[in-house]
Amino acid sequence: MTHALAVENITVSYHGRSAIEAIDLTLEQGNILGIIGPNGAGKSTLLKAILNLISIDSGSIKIFGGSLKENRNRIAYVPQRNQYDWDFPIHVMDAVLIGTYPSLGIFKRPKKSDKAWALECLEKVGLAQYANRQIGELSGGQQQRVFLARALAQKADLFFLDEPFVGIDMASEGMIVKLLKDLRDEGKTVVVVHHDLSKAKEYFDELLLLNKQLVQFGRPAEVLRPEVMRKAYESELAFLFEAGVN
Amino acid sequence: MAFIEGIIQYDFLQKALLTSVMVGIICGAIGCFIILRGMALMGDAISHAVLPGVAISYALGINFFFGAVFTGVLTAMAIGFVSQNSRIKQDTSIGIMFTAAFAMGVILITVLESSTDLYHILFGNVLAVRPSDMWITLAIGLVVLGSIYLFYKELLVTSFDSVMASVYGLPVRLIHYFLMALLTMVTVASLQTVGIVLVVAMLITPAATAYLLTDRLSTMVFLASAIGAVSAVIGLYFSYTYNLASGATIVLAATALFIIAFVFSPKHGLLWKKISSKKKQTELANL
Repeated sequence: MTHALAVENITVSYHGRSAIEAIDLTLEQGNILGIIGPNGAGKSTLLKAILNLISIDSGSIKIFGGSLKENRNRIAYVPQRNQYDWDFPIHVMDAVLIGTYPSLGIFKRPKKSDKAWALECLEKVGLAQYANRQIGELSGGQQQRVFLARALAQKADLFFLDEPFVGIDMASEGMIVKLLKDLRDEGKTVVVVHHDLSKAKEYFDELLLLNKQLVQFGRPAEVLRPEVMRKAYESELAFLFEAGVN
Repeated sequence: MAFIEGIIQYDFLQKALLTSVMVGIICGAIGCFIILRGMALMGDAISHAVLPGVAISYALGINFFFGAVFTGVLTAMAIGFVSQNSRIKQDTSIGIMFTAAFAMGVILITVLESSTDLYHILFGNVLAVRPSDMWITLAIGLVVLGSIYLFYKELLVTSFDSVMASVYGLPVRLIHYFLMALLTMVTVASLQTVGIVLVVAMLITPAATAYLLTDRLSTMVFLASAIGAVSAVIGLYFSYTYNLASGATIVLAATALFIIAFVFSPKHGLLWKKISSKKKQTELANL
């Protein structure tokens, strides 16, 4: 089976300063990968580089053995929640329906079957009763679930989520994790940018610890070791020690 | 009423009414996307940037539509180029480019000594609408409304979530410039009715009013068009009856409708918000 994702030696810089350097990564299908690391480690940058939202200085990225262009319709991306204008005049149902747009192509409108499918995805995240609410009326956790429902509606094989658990309630977090694990069990691949280390072991099959460079990539048990973590979080720890926290 | 009699009687008033209603409709429709993308200032910029194009068109003896669209889109591209290739922020770039284009237009009109009446271009003169202007407005209206209908899905997703749109392969930047081209055409269509200076009001005010009245983009587009059309009729009535500049009366009619919605909108109005927060307070007090 081809790799879901094969990243080779990519470097990205902003205004001459490098954000990530020489990252290598191969991910088999049917895994949940967590990308972790301290603030400013380049987690979101790596994700954006993979999705060609920013240009890379060097290196190569393969998705399912091909280019991003060839595999766009197999990818779903859930941006950070603060990316959105929550006052936008759109109902929950219509937001999920956007997930069917990529497969529709230009000029075509969602049909009845697309609407039924979007509603089904909304049911999966337990929000069918909110279908006709404006998206801003939902809680943070519910909003995140709406965008997961939209990703599900895309019928993708590879999912990218950027900080999906920031500022949401425990119930929503639990539900999202369960849905991601269901996807994995169906053979789909999930990549999550994450910054809370406490649950990393339970949530992810693979972890990539990043601090501009790749610090460690492997099973959670290999990555979540004190001597490995120290390498990535050294600067933050030094600050804590200086502040007298021991 | 003298206004209604006038409409039945005078050909020029019929043309004025038809043209300004069409302008109200298309400005309202395209305006929804402008305000949701946070491009109100861009609307102002593009409308001013058509001036040099209009001047050159008159000098060359071609229809001002072509020159206007050319300089409008050119300015939009210059704005994008400067903000993307330097540390200058978008709103600053807009401020530099559109004033430059506008200033150029003022000089061109003076130098070319064209027969164009600068005052009419700036503030509109709907009662002097020629048949050719009316047909241009109609043609532009059809192009703009047709484009919104055909590309509704793409306009919605790039306005709401441009990142997702580019991940699934939509040409986000091209769609932006396409919208700028539509915006330029709408400005040209509005030249006679409200004039360059006040076009931005017709783009923004009816759309903003509709935004306060609904939570659905498709409804918002229809509402904004209706509000634009109603503003045009009310404005034209006052313009004709009291012999006032049509652009100004139409814009003030739109503003009046906005104020009504701002206070009385069922969900987002000032009054309703006051009442619902009072209700909550008494509920809490009764606990």
